[in-house]
Amino acid sequence: MDLEYGPQYDDFRAEVINFIKENENTKLSGPPRSESRVEWQQKLIDNGYFARSIPKEYGGYGGDMDIIKLRIIAEEFAKSPIPKPAGGQGIQMLVPTLLSLGTEEQKQEYIRPTLRGEILWCQGYSEPNSGSDLASLQTKAELDGDEWVINGQKIWTSTAHLSQMCFILVRTEPDAPKHQGISYLLMPMDAEGIDRRPIKQMTGDSDFNELFLTDVRIPAGNIVGARGEGWKVANATLGHERGSLADPNVTQNRLNSLIDLMKNETIDGQRVIDKPIFRDRLLSIQGRLMAQHSNALRILSSQINKEQDATLAKFIVKLQGTELRHELEGLAIDAMGELGTLYEDSPHLRDNGVWQMTYMYYLGLIIGGGTNQIQKNIISERALGMPKEPKVQGA
Amino acid sequence: MYFGLSEEQKSLEENINRFLADNAPLDTIKAVAEGDTDKAREVHRGIIDLGLSGLVVPEEYGGLELNMLFATVVSAALGSGTAPVPYVGSYVMAPLAINLGGEENQKNQWLPKIAGGECVIGVGLSEYVGAREDAGIEFVNGKLSGRCLFIVDGKDADAYLLANKSGELYIVDSSNSGIEVIELTTVDKTRTSIELILKDVDAELLPGSTDKSVIEKVLDAGRLMLAADTVGAAQVMLDKSVAYSLERKQFGRLIGSFQAVKHMCAEMAADLEPCHSMIWHAAHCLDNVPEESRLMACQTKAHISEVGKQVSKTATEVHGGMGFTDELGLHYWFKRIGLNRQLLGSPELIREEAGRIQGFDQ
Repeated sequence: MDLEYGPQYDDFRAEVINFIKENENTKLSGPPRSESRVEWQQKLIDNGYFARSIPKEYGGYGGDMDIIKLRIIAEEFAKSPIPKPAGGQGIQMLVPTLLSLGTEEQKQEYIRPTLRGEILWCQGYSEPNSGSDLASLQTKAELDGDEWVINGQKIWTSTAHLSQMCFILVRTEPDAPKHQGISYLLMPMDAEGIDRRPIKQMTGDSDFNELFLTDVRIPAGNIVGARGEGWKVANATLGHERGSLADPNVTQNRLNSLIDLMKNETIDGQRVIDKPIFRDRLLSIQGRLMAQHSNALRILSSQINKEQDATLAKFIVKLQGTELRHELEGLAIDAMGELGTLYEDSPHLRDNGVWQMTYMYYLGLIIGGGTNQIQKNIISERALGMPKEPKVQGA
Repeated sequence: MYFGLSEEQKSLEENINRFLADNAPLDTIKAVAEGDTDKAREVHRGIIDLGLSGLVVPEEYGGLELNMLFATVVSAALGSGTAPVPYVGSYVMAPLAINLGGEENQKNQWLPKIAGGECVIGVGLSEYVGAREDAGIEFVNGKLSGRCLFIVDGKDADAYLLANKSGELYIVDSSNSGIEVIELTTVDKTRTSIELILKDVDAELLPGSTDKSVIEKVLDAGRLMLAADTVGAAQVMLDKSVAYSLERKQFGRLIGSFQAVKHMCAEMAADLEPCHSMIWHAAHCLDNVPEESRLMACQTKAHISEVGKQVSKTATEVHGGMGFTDELGLHYWFKRIGLNRQLLGSPELIREEAGRIQGFDQ
């Protein structure tokens, strides 16, 4: 057991701290893709604080894949109000997919502008009748000369209104078994025939959209992997998505805010944190979070020490993390009582309404990214070796 | 950076697992639970031969001088085998207390004997943690009087290590006059428990223990050991559940193919998997990060007691009616987890302490 990163990393940490100090007054303005945002993103790449291990020829920093350095960058950036590197599904999901499965041309064309924040991507996976059972998706694409013609409907498409491109799963081999009939295409969002309708959520925001696709034509070369291999290609990226949900380090920041809130809010003049039942709930959540933090250290260690196996430890992160976060936000609402129900721009609103917003948002994340019931199937089947549910005849 | 067990720690774990599989199978556990003291002594002798009695005793007193991470690995392995042996009190808390709080002559008197497996020391901290029935002890003119409940590893002990309400620790030779021993029967028959009634019994203070940090360290270690014991026991209950679900058929299917059963197992796994990391992490803090060790030990004991309770219930349910029988013996693990939960503080009591440690009180 050794939780030290080692003295060889002290210089690197000092470099990161120095960079942050020199740039701590950076303020970004304007919408996504605006000049100042792209410039900042490029500066982070040039200094190796973003896209660190992505090859230079594709617009990355071209550094070594040193997990500890990535950890140090994340730790130091988290401590400062300095703008963080841009995220999004293009960076988290598409870039890793293209790096491992894209053609040389696709890598050249898309990775650099995606990293720089010039191309934003949305994900065209779920359909109205294909949610948890994603592989049953029906949106189809047919080759017509040198173009794919796409018809169908997608739903839960995050940030489609901001995106220039969509990585989309479509059925191209209707006669093949369902997992083998899917292809992974790259669809420009300005193509003719795309009708986008925002979905208003329970939070009041509209982060998601429905996409109606009618005879949308895109070049035949806009396919990643071979025809019918889209399911394999998509599974490579779903792994990236699940890993990024409900990081215990972020939850720790929320716990600290909750402790402050419970020290400040009073009932009949008594601090909420001094009420034993509230305090016990707080401490139970802290205990669970500490266990998840230890689990995260084990996962980090397995990335550095390849001989360590952390398969089960990784499978449970999304399930455990989203449930805990939802409960944490819910305790804050209970600690405020009636005040906790205030929303939008109400008088007496606390913290801009972030507790209710996040409480609901995390209920969304319990459902999104593979519902937590699907997560339990995955844990039981892939980690515990239990059999799949048998098919029901006629379904 | 390496978070996990070393090769040496893994091989220690394997040795204990192998020893228990060969020498303390379920039949032996049942025999001990029904009062076969000879079998209990054999298993006890075996773990002494493995070096476990001297694990945390400093080398200069004949021990192996290994750290809390090693002790945690051992405790989890003993929990997984529901091993009917003294350990947490006699071989972890007692030597730690004597080494931290004792004078040189006290160390010389007790530590080599502990390491050599020549003495068992029962540890009574219940009245410091939270006195029941107004129990407690007082030390007046070198004599100890009062009552202590739930002495860990106290049965047939050669000495007792007892705490008063302010956390001072006293060592008492069990052959001294004025001691009445009352055997307690808990649900967990893989371990023993006693009550002591003392009337003017000769006792020695461990002088260092007037500094409260001594009992705190002993308590932290004891709680971590109990948490580790629960993790080991709960993992076996999960493993047995999955295995049973892949044998038992109903409605023409393995019950492990029903989503209801799969989800019960997945929930157990999701709750339990981080607990392995948590006991290693807590042990690391006890060994190396003193400013985090108290909170970590408290929260580890409290959290793992909750997970253990849930896993032991769910695993019994997965086994259906068989889970309720004595024949299958799953209840030994259930009861072991149940006793661990209450010893040295129930989760609610420990969380109160965790709040105070963080300065939540104004």
